[in-house]
Amino acid sequence: MIKQGDTGEKAAMRAVFVDVVSDALDTDPRLAVVTADISAAAFAQARRRHPDRVINVGIREQAMVGVAGGLALTGLRPVVHSYTPFLVERPFEMIKLDLGHQDVGAVLVSIGGSYDDPVWGRTHQAPGDVALLDTLPGWTIHVPGHPDEVGPLLRDALDGDGRVYLRLSTRENAAAFPVGGGFTAVRHGSRGVVVAVGTTLDAVLAATEQQDVTVLYAATVRPFDHVGLRAAAQSTNPSVLLVEPYLAGTSAHQVAEALWDMPHRLRSLGVRRDVEVRAYGRPEDHDGVHGLDAAGIRSALTGFLG
Amino acid sequence: MAIDERVDSATIGALFQRMTGDEKHEWAAASTLDVLWVLYDRVLNVMPATANDPDRDRFLLSKGHGPMAYYAVLAAKGIIDPEILADWTEFGSPLGQHPDRVLVPGVEIGSGSLGHGLALGVGTALGLRAQGRTAKVFVLVGDGELDEGSNHEAIALAGRLGLDRLTAVAIDNHSSSHGWPGGIDRRFAVEGWSTTTVDGRDHDALYQAFTQDHDGRPHLVVAEIGDQS
Repeated sequence: MIKQGDTGEKAAMRAVFVDVVSDALDTDPRLAVVTADISAAAFAQARRRHPDRVINVGIREQAMVGVAGGLALTGLRPVVHSYTPFLVERPFEMIKLDLGHQDVGAVLVSIGGSYDDPVWGRTHQAPGDVALLDTLPGWTIHVPGHPDEVGPLLRDALDGDGRVYLRLSTRENAAAFPVGGGFTAVRHGSRGVVVAVGTTLDAVLAATEQQDVTVLYAATVRPFDHVGLRAAAQSTNPSVLLVEPYLAGTSAHQVAEALWDMPHRLRSLGVRRDVEVRAYGRPEDHDGVHGLDAAGIRSALTGFLG
Repeated sequence: MAIDERVDSATIGALFQRMTGDEKHEWAAASTLDVLWVLYDRVLNVMPATANDPDRDRFLLSKGHGPMAYYAVLAAKGIIDPEILADWTEFGSPLGQHPDRVLVPGVEIGSGSLGHGLALGVGTALGLRAQGRTAKVFVLVGDGELDEGSNHEAIALAGRLGLDRLTAVAIDNHSSSHGWPGGIDRRFAVEGWSTTTVDGRDHDALYQAFTQDHDGRPHLVVAEIGDQS
């Protein structure tokens, strides 16, 4: 099996991830890193310093998560990393049982987003990752949109005991925003609320430049900031456009729960559910197919608000 | 709670019989009984007082089907209360047809879906080694369970990493639909494991197999049980 994702060229978010975890290994004896070849070379120096706690299992993703569960059973805090489909989809039952059912914590860190590298085709795309993890109780899910957001989210995850998924991307927004709390209001308006998750923010800002809407930015989607969304909806108009960089509608049920007693409207944008896009090209090409570029978001918003 | 370290296997059998209603897996449970008894009675340093000691040996029941023998042995050793056996599988009982570590103190892993315990055992052995602990890790698998491909990731990895405090116990009751031509032990040996095959009912042979030196390598004990008939 040929796997790609370790090109030797550090993506910005991944570089922050490697640096933060490598430094933390020096000071926190609880931490351990488990990889399945992808990014293993990036941890070579850390492995020389901590050979018992930086473990590359080879191309064995089921074992990668199972080993992490075993490490956690002894009191260690495993950080598990691979390309998105090989971290979440292939070993999903191990995530469910070897972590969740054993009631142990871990930090899962993916790279590759939904389709960061379309030249590799469908096998290396995982737009369903957040939806899959959303079927399991107790997961915190971070979707940073800028490398500067990765450090604070990651350090908080390393210090904790729970189950955390940090979804990294090779794409990024122009600017970082404070993370760790609820949603951040980036723009204020009166006709509706647009929730922009992670790396969708720049396209959302471009699409809403001439629109009278509130834009909320979310780098953490589980827990979902019900209070922040509700406050925004109450102060404007309870029409919510949800823009997520993974499977469309993944957080629609969270919006419904947040606004359960308010008459509201919702439209969800994200990776299409109705078709497998059999195309290579650039990520921007795929943004267009899924309606996640500025033009697509603008069109959806115009139709939604009338 | 009965804590009688002189309890014999006949008593274990009586405890076993308190649990009814899983006839489908009764043979699976019966096939593990002697192995479990020898481990808990003579090999593992696990007692009620050490059930949470970080230096305790670990026993991971990967083959979670038919845990009646496991519960019976834990009850005989005082790790769980024998009084809860009769109500097993009822709503509110901590004991189900697949064990749950969160519900049963002393049970190291929740299991039932096959093919998870070996990788958890590898991680446990790695975690103990990273902490400088010398506790041993035993993982019980079934010959049918070894059909699951996930086991073979863990078998290969354990061999490469030289996990010398890890022992897999394969109960061979000929459950694998396609069998293991040449024996289960060959599959482990090719990955660098030490292997021994013994009569799965012979307590002294099991004890010798569980405690023999295995030379810096993970160790496999094949406990031959034979067919149900």
